[in-house]
Order: sequence, then C-alpha cells, then structure tokens
Amino acid sequence: MSALLAVAGVTKRFRGLIAVDRVTFEVPAGGIFAVIGPNGAGKTTLFNMIAGVFRPDSGTIDFAGEQIAGLSPDRICRRGISRTFQIVRPFPALKVEDNVTIGALLHRKSVPDARAHAREVLRRLDLYGKREQRASALTLPDRKRLEVARALATDPKLLLLDEVMAGLRPTETDRMVRILKELNDEGRLTILLIEHVMRAVMALATHVLVMHHGAAISEGSPGEVVRDPAVIDSYLGAETVV
Amino acid sequence: MPVDIYLNVIVGGVLTGLVYGLMALGLSVIFGVMRVVNFAHGEMMTIAMYIAVALFSTFHLDPLVMLVPIAAVLFAFGYVLQAGLINNFITRPEYSQFLLLIAIAIIIVNTLLILFGPDSQNVQVSYAYDSFQLGPLIVDATKLHAGLTAVMVAVGLFAFFRLTRLGTAIRACADNYTGALVVGLDVKQLYALTFGIGAACVGAAGCMLLLIFDVTPSIGPAYTLLAFVIVIIGGMGSMPGAIVGGVLIGLTEAIAGLLFTPSAKSMFVFAILVLVLLARPQGILRSA
Amino acid sequence: MIGRLTEGIRPRTLIILAALLAFFIVAPLFASDYLLTMLILIFYFAYTGQSWNIMMGFAGQLSLGHALYVGLGAYAAAALFVHFGMAPWLGLAVAVPISAAAGAFIGFLAFRFRVAGVYFAVLTIAVAEFTRIGFDHLQWTGASAGLFLPVAQYAHNDLWTLRGHPAMFYYVLLAATAFAFIACRAMLQSRMGYFWLAIREDEEAARSAGIDTFRYKMLAVVISAAMTSFAGVIYAFYYNNLFPEQVFNISQSILIILAPMVGGLGTLFGPILGAFVIETVAEAMRTLLQWFGVDLPGTNQLFFGVVLLFVVLAVPEGVWPWLSKRMGLMEREP
Ligand SMILES: Nc1ncnc2c1ncn2[C@@H]1O[C@H](COP(=O)(O)OP(=O)(O)OP(=O)(O)O)[C@@H](O)[C@H]1O
Ligand SMILES: [Mg+2]
Repeated sequence: MSALLAVAGVTKRFRGLIAVDRVTFEVPAGGIFAVIGPNGAGKTTLFNMIAGVFRPDSGTIDFAGEQIAGLSPDRICRRGISRTFQIVRPFPALKVEDNVTIGALLHRKSVPDARAHAREVLRRLDLYGKREQRASALTLPDRKRLEVARALATDPKLLLLDEVMAGLRPTETDRMVRILKELNDEGRLTILLIEHVMRAVMALATHVLVMHHGAAISEGSPGEVVRDPAVIDSYLGAETVV
Repeated sequence: MPVDIYLNVIVGGVLTGLVYGLMALGLSVIFGVMRVVNFAHGEMMTIAMYIAVALFSTFHLDPLVMLVPIAAVLFAFGYVLQAGLINNFITRPEYSQFLLLIAIAIIIVNTLLILFGPDSQNVQVSYAYDSFQLGPLIVDATKLHAGLTAVMVAVGLFAFFRLTRLGTAIRACADNYTGALVVGLDVKQLYALTFGIGAACVGAAGCMLLLIFDVTPSIGPAYTLLAFVIVIIGGMGSMPGAIVGGVLIGLTEAIAGLLFTPSAKSMFVFAILVLVLLARPQGILRSA
Repeated sequence: MIGRLTEGIRPRTLIILAALLAFFIVAPLFASDYLLTMLILIFYFAYTGQSWNIMMGFAGQLSLGHALYVGLGAYAAAALFVHFGMAPWLGLAVAVPISAAAGAFIGFLAFRFRVAGVYFAVLTIAVAEFTRIGFDHLQWTGASAGLFLPVAQYAHNDLWTLRGHPAMFYYVLLAATAFAFIACRAMLQSRMGYFWLAIREDEEAARSAGIDTFRYKMLAVVISAAMTSFAGVIYAFYYNNLFPEQVFNISQSILIILAPMVGGLGTLFGPILGAFVIETVAEAMRTLLQWFGVDLPGTNQLFFGVVLLFVVLAVPEGVWPWLSKRMGLMEREP
C-alpha cells in the first residue's frame, strides 16, 4: 500500500517550546492511523500543521505525492484533507443540516445537490433526526458527530479527527467507533486520529504513533505499542496494559 | 519658515497629544479589562467639559482646579452605567454592545444639546493668552498646564495599576477572567470600578482639553473616533501605548496643520491609522 | 427559482407581503406629502440597511463606514450630471464601480492584513472620514461649500434624469427595496450565502471546511458597497444638494445600520421592519413634542436614543425575530 500522507522531520516551536520535534511517519491509503500521547505532547499541533493552520518550522508534509506544508487551511481542505477540532467548532446559530451542507458545497456547485449529500452524511452519523435543530442546541456527543459530519461532507481522502471520543460515554464511544469503521470499510476513507480513549484506539487503529514532549517515541501496531516499555513509562502507566 | 515655528508647533502638538493620550487611556483601560469598546467615550468627555464650563461661568472655577471633583462625578457616572447597564452586555456579541453604547451616546449628546444649546462654548481662564518663553521656544500656558496635568494623572494611574492591591486585582481580571473568578475576586465590582476609572480618565482629559479647544454637544463622536484611533495605534489595552499614540497623533495634527491646512489634519491622522493597521495591526507598543 | 425563494415562508406571510406591497404601490395616490416624505425615508433606510446587512448580517463583517459608499455614489452621479449633463442612470455605471472599488480597497487592506472585528470597524470609519475631508477640499465637486443640482420642476416627472415629484423617488426606492430583498434572499440561498454564514459563525472553522474566506469576504464588501452606492445616487437627486459634512458623516453610517440592527441582524425582513419602526417612532416623537409645544433642539433625538436603548434591552435579537415568533410567520428562518 502506498502512503497517502508522508510527514518527514516536521518541527514546530512556540517561542522557546518545541511543540513538535522532528516527527516522521507515513499514513497508508485506506488505513486508520492513530496518534496517542499525554496532554501537551504536541498531537494537536501536528494536526494543525497537516491542516495548514501552522507552517512547520522545518520538515515536509506530502499528501498524495504533493508537498502541502505551508498551504492555507482552505487549500488543503480542497485537496482532500478534512479535519475536526478538538474543542468542537460547529456554526452555532445554523441548523445542523446547514452546517453539513456548507461542507458539502465545497465540491458541489448546486445547493440542492449539496443538501442531498448532507442528508446522506447526516443519516450515516445518526444525526438525521436532528437536522432541523440549531447546532448550539446539541449535546456534546451530537456536536462531536456533527463535527465529523461536516468534515466528511467535504468528500475528503483523508480525515483528521482530533479526540472525537473525548467526553463521550462508553456507549457513545462504541457508536462512534462503529461509524468510523463503516466509513473506513466501504468508502476506503483514510483516517488519521488523535485519541486518548485506548479502547477506541485498540478497536480501530491499524497503526499507532506515540508522541511525548513533541517527539515520536514509538510506532507500530496497537498491540506492539502498548507493550513498549517507553510508552508504558511515559503515557499508559503499568495498570492500563493489564 | 523659521525653525522655531516648527519647534513651537511640535511642542504644542506633544502637549495636546498628552491630553489625547489620557483620553485614550480611559478607552484602553476599559477595553483591556472587559473587552468592551466604549463607543460613548467622547460623549462622556463632553459631559465633563460642560460641567467645567458651567462651573467656570457661574463660579469662575478653573477647570484644572475642578479636575478632581469633575473626574469623581464621571467616575460615579461610569460606575453606575457599567453596573446598571453595560455589565449585562459583557457576554453579548460585539454589535449588541455597540448598539447599547450608541444609544447611550445619542442620549448624552442630546441631553447636553437641550441643556446647553448648540453653540460652541469655552472658558476664558486668566492665563488664556499667556505663554512661556524658553530660549527660542514659546509655549502656550494653557497647553503647558494641560499637558503637564495629563502627565501627572497618567503617572498616578500607572502607579495605581502597578502598586495598589486594587489595581493589581483589576489587572488580574484583565489577564484571566476565569482565573480571577476562581481566586475569589469580585469581578463584577472590579468591572464597574474599571469603567468608572476609564470615565474619570476621560473626564479629567475633558477638563484639560477645554483649555485648548471649544466644546459643542455634537463634538463627542469625533473624540470617540480619535480616542479609538489612538488606542489602535498604541495597541488595544496597552496603557503606555495609549499615551505614545496620543502624542503621535497630537504631533501629526500639529505638523499637518502647519504644513497643509488645519482642516485637513485629520486626513493625516487616518493615514497613520491605516499604515499602523497594515504594518502592525496589534499596535506599535504590543508584541504580536 | 420562485419555489426556492418562497421556501420556508408561511402562505399567510406571503399573503400579508403581497397585500403590503399592493398597499405601498397605491399609497402615493392618497398619501399626504408629509406621509410620502416619511415613506421615502423609510424605504431609503430599508434599502441601505438591506445592503449593509449583507456585510454584517450575512458575512459578519462590521462596517461602520457605509456613508462612504452613499457619498461616493451620490457625488459621482451628481458631479457627472452637473458637469456633463449625464443622466443618473448612466452615472450609475460610474458610481457603482467607484464604490465597489472603494469597498474592494478596504476589504483588501483589512482581509489581507488580518484586520478584523473592532479594528475592521474603525478602518471603515477612518476611510469614510478620510474621504469626507478629501471631498471638503475637492473643488471639482464644490468642496465644503456643497454641490447643487438644478432644482426639479414638479410639473412633470422625468424618470431618466430623475427630475420630478417625490412620488417618483418613492417608487424608485420601493422598487429598489423589493429588488434588494429578493436579491438578498437569492444570495442567502446560494452557495455564496452559505459560505458567508459559515464565515460569520466561525471564520477558522469555515477555512478548515475549505472556504476561501478572503474571496467570500471580498464579495460581501463589494456587493454591499455597490448596492449602497445606488442609494447615494437617489440621495443626490432627491435632495438636490450635497455636502461632504452631511453625506459622509459618521451619523449617516450609524443611521444606515440602525434599521437592520433594530429589525433583526442577518434577517431579510429585519432591515425593512426596522426602518419602519425607527421612522415611525421618530415621527411620533416629533408630533408628540409639537403637541406639547416643546421646541428644544435635541428632544426628538433624545427620545430616539431612549427608544433605541429600550429596543436593545427588551428585544436584543431585533424586532423581526420577536414578531415572527409571536405571530408564527415563518416555518424556518432564511
Ligand atoms: N498556539 C500556541 N501557542 C503557543 N503554544 C502552543 C500553541 N498551541 C500549542 N502550544 C503548546 O504546545 C504544546 C503542545 O500542545 P498540543 O495542543 O499540540 O498538545 P496535545 O498533544 O494536543 O495535548 P492534548 O492531549 O491536551 O490535546 C503544549 O505545551 C501547548 O501549550
Ligand atoms: Mg490536543
């Protein structure tokens, strides 16, 4: 399988702090790739560089064979990378359906087409019944799924998910896991996700990258990674593995 | 033109600019602490100016002498206004706050218009036409008094914010709203105090400015805009920035008035604003 | 197309609308000069408010300097008429691009250099003020002494040169308001409209959803400026005199934004309803004060300020959303 996304030696500093330190990894097309690590490890910052919010201080980011580091977020989204925000940012005063329609309009000129597509996406994410509600009226789990729906509606090749399970109850987590699995199976959608909920990571990811203090400290299959002493020390702690 | 004319104009511009700076300082403090833009700022200044005019014409009291009581009145006005009205709007969107303050501004302007009529008024203090000579330099007494008073008030404010517990508490509120709540500060009270202080600032500035310019009820919006421009130039929420910005604008007006026509001086002010917005949108004294 | 335009509006609302439109079409037949003047003002502010609403209500960009576009439109058309006898409808072909260019200039400066929010608002005031002072010194347009159009003969109406009875201006403004309403509705239902709303709600999220925010914000400013300048042309030919001090004044800009704010920001009915509310209240004040024999300058404006304060406190979302909810006029907000 060829790499859809290739990140090489990417570094980002905030004043003195090195938030991301020469991180290198590849996401194969069609895979589900997870990035884990303790708070402040630099995961979101890494995402922000891939999504174009920050330009990396050094290193390269290749997507579908093209260099994308430093492009603006909207350009990157138009090339096929869509993202969610860790702290959800729906368009609060707009209806759920309009939120998703906006995403769908990226590659569709006609509003009715986009709306039809948005409804399809909403059905997949179990939000169809709530399509007439204002986004600001939704509960957190619903808002998280709305965030995914909007990103998905832009027809991405690669979906970046920043902690979409955080704050969800176990049943909600399982629901999200099921949805993501479906998306990955049928649509051959490639997913790169940041996740703290190890249950979800173990269930979903084909490959895991562990970050700590900005650096990648371990990489491999979920099974390998959770047994890596460096990961246990810095992140998981002994009890999690048992 | 001989060099000393330039020098005189420059000194005059700097002195007026210090008063502008104090006026803008009030706006900056309010914005810095509660993120509300006081669109009635200039109008509040005209209140102070009319109180000073009234005191002068009835009791012949010098505006600079009456500065403290007038500032106190404005403080009370600002405090009540914030606690009674504006505080409910702190979390509302910007345009909603704007509409509220515009309503307040309209009420102020027209109340003054009803009370004092549309004609411009001024105070003729005993030293209105005096000037000091320092070598080749001739400085108007009014501008010198006004400028130096502005410096004193500004220094007092800096000291208040740096050295007193109350001042520190207010700055804590500005830096971190939730944090201030968590450590048990009475944010509501501090906000009202801040608005009062901002109003007192602009009230004091009004007393000084009255020595230099006339006042009409409709002059408020122009001063609101000027204060705004100064604060943006200096950096929103930066106290030294407001003073520096004020001096820069005072200078610009003076020099433009001398080289071109006084009626076009504001054009240069706005040109500077545009340049600053483009080069350093955060203002000259703030880091990005 | 028609189906889309009326979607979400209850039939009874459409009937009310049609009735109102019919009423306004026949209104000049029986309206007194006084009432007609008032209606002209109402539709002037409904139209300018609708144009302004595109920027703030749709795209979330607060312009406090819309007097700039009124002034540029007014001066361009009036000067061309005075100096070259060019009819206002031809002058429009010059006035609109000038205003659009001014809007593009402000937009480009602001959006390229990340001047946003309050800073953007001040930039718009500053450019308007800058232009006002510039026109104060521009001899070709009469500088601060003003620009005067040859005064209209009321004997016959000449629509082509806009010389004639106030009723003619009334119909022009009524048509403009109707046009702006339909155009805004169509824009809001277009791809561009959705993108505007996204930008208004959360610009960063909009960018990450692939929206070229610079481009759509530019479109909002340019369209809004172009539409506003038409009102300027009408202003010039209705009043027959122009002073920079008046047309470009900040208070003009504020008057323009009051109707949509009072009526309901970002709504389509808001600017029209707001203009009615504001003018009616202002007129009622004036009449009431006359009745009581109060003749102090400022009393009228003072009450106006108090009413505005009341609106802000009592119906912060605007009158239209409140009314629409009360009377069940809409199935869903546009
Ligand atoms: N815009 C910024 N400016 C300055 N520092 C930042 C910025 N964004 C992140 N940081 C810092 O960079 C480091 C990495 O932050 P990041 O948000 O990437 O961590 P994370 O792995 O996503 O953590 P979490 O699990 O809590 O979401 C942190 O120390 C953070 O404080
Ligand atoms: Mg994070």
